[in-house]
Amino acid sequence: MTEMLKRTPLFEKHVALGGRMVGFGGWEMPVQYSGIKDEHLAVRQNAGIFDICHMGEFFVQGADAASFLDSLLTHDVTQLSPGWGQYNLLCNESGGVIDDLYLYCLKKDSYLLIVNASRLDVDWGWISEQKKTIGSDKQISLENRSTQMGAIAVQGPSVKSWINECFDEEGQGNGAGKVSELKKNQINAYLFNGNKVWIGATGYTGEDGVEIIADNDLMAELWDSLLARGHVGCVQPAGLGARDTLRTEMCYPLYGHELTTETTPLEAGLGYFVDLKGADFIGKQALIDQKESGVRKRCVAFQMKGRSAPPRPEYPVYSQDGKKIGQVTSGTSSPSLNNGIGMAYVEIDHAKVGNMLEIEIRGRKFPAEIVKKPIYRKS
Amino acid sequence: MSSLVPDHLKYAKTHEWVKVEGDTATIGITDHAQAELTELVFVELPAISRNLKAGEACAVVESVKTASDIYSPITGEVIEVNEALVDNPGSVNTDAYSDGWFFKMRLSDPGNLDELMSAEEYKVLIGS
Repeated sequence: MTEMLKRTPLFEKHVALGGRMVGFGGWEMPVQYSGIKDEHLAVRQNAGIFDICHMGEFFVQGADAASFLDSLLTHDVTQLSPGWGQYNLLCNESGGVIDDLYLYCLKKDSYLLIVNASRLDVDWGWISEQKKTIGSDKQISLENRSTQMGAIAVQGPSVKSWINECFDEEGQGNGAGKVSELKKNQINAYLFNGNKVWIGATGYTGEDGVEIIADNDLMAELWDSLLARGHVGCVQPAGLGARDTLRTEMCYPLYGHELTTETTPLEAGLGYFVDLKGADFIGKQALIDQKESGVRKRCVAFQMKGRSAPPRPEYPVYSQDGKKIGQVTSGTSSPSLNNGIGMAYVEIDHAKVGNMLEIEIRGRKFPAEIVKKPIYRKS
Repeated sequence: MSSLVPDHLKYAKTHEWVKVEGDTATIGITDHAQAELTELVFVELPAISRNLKAGEACAVVESVKTASDIYSPITGEVIEVNEALVDNPGSVNTDAYSDGWFFKMRLSDPGNLDELMSAEEYKVLIGS
């Protein structure tokens, strides 16, 4: 019995564009259109447009919204001013990662969380439960608008040159009257054909670009408008395949791979997004303890040396003297570098840039080197 | 999208093609298979003089996204492999029936060619 896959408001658009549809996190999504390498390079050189309607949108509002979120999330929420966003993590009591997410402060006392499709129900259950306990006497309203809202990402160096054509100023007052004026992590409201949309300057590719968050019934029109106006900047539709190779080159974690409830942000190398000195949050004590005693494994980036098949998740990793020291979590053939790349958890003693590893691929071992993150850098 | 299925070849249900000349057979994957696999970035070929049984996994192809096994459509010994694929796996996508061949075998049992499909039968299988 196959599970019933959900479809985004853009399903018909993908089919019409020749998208190859696959199951992902309970959704039927395009893995590619013209080809993963072609779409990947288009994003690096021009622009790509991605359907990310499967992701979840939670609104947290009220006088105590900031302090409530600060007690759940690892990164310091209080430093977030209206009109700005930050990458953040939701942890359990033992410091394991429930999800990684983007948090936006839309205006004072009004926050938007963008969460992973595969973790949406778990996240909503967890946050709702915390509201009943630690948030019981606080002024907070929680709203899950994931089934009514969607999002589209446009990413690549050409985006700034044409994106303003699609939107008008809304006058919210977060600065950045034009979309191209948004700085990294800034968010503002704009008008699309007279309808309010939120646009944040972020993404999952390492390129400049934005994510447009709006009601589902605007999505199809928005998609067409972006493709038509972006034509001058050579925008092309890009699927989950390219999204995965782009984020792997940048070493951005993917939930279920680098992040699970069994791994902590410190092990994942995301300590920058964990504020152990500020207000208490769930998992803080466990993370303080882990920081004091030292992590035992760490997520490293690696590149294959010489010719080999692409590394894949779950391939075993060995030290040069033949000891098993870890496992690959993400691996692929890098379209930018034409070489096998990936991320792996390895024992802490081996987790040093420049260290050589051996990756077992179908019973044979191939050399790889631990490299600095990100694996791909713009020259 | 209709796939190319040349009439003069035989086909396995696992989407390999076979071209028989005397007691030698050339093996590759079909146009339909290459389209389903998408752009290939890596090909691993069988060792020369390896003895293969029909249905045995003997080569691996990888796209950016996934690794897939290729099966020997017949029983016999590998006598030659297409080394050019190692440097240029993409020729499987562009020329599945010519430059994209995988390996040649010496047939040990010409009888098991009867298990293979004709072009007409293969077209039915892939709904072409």
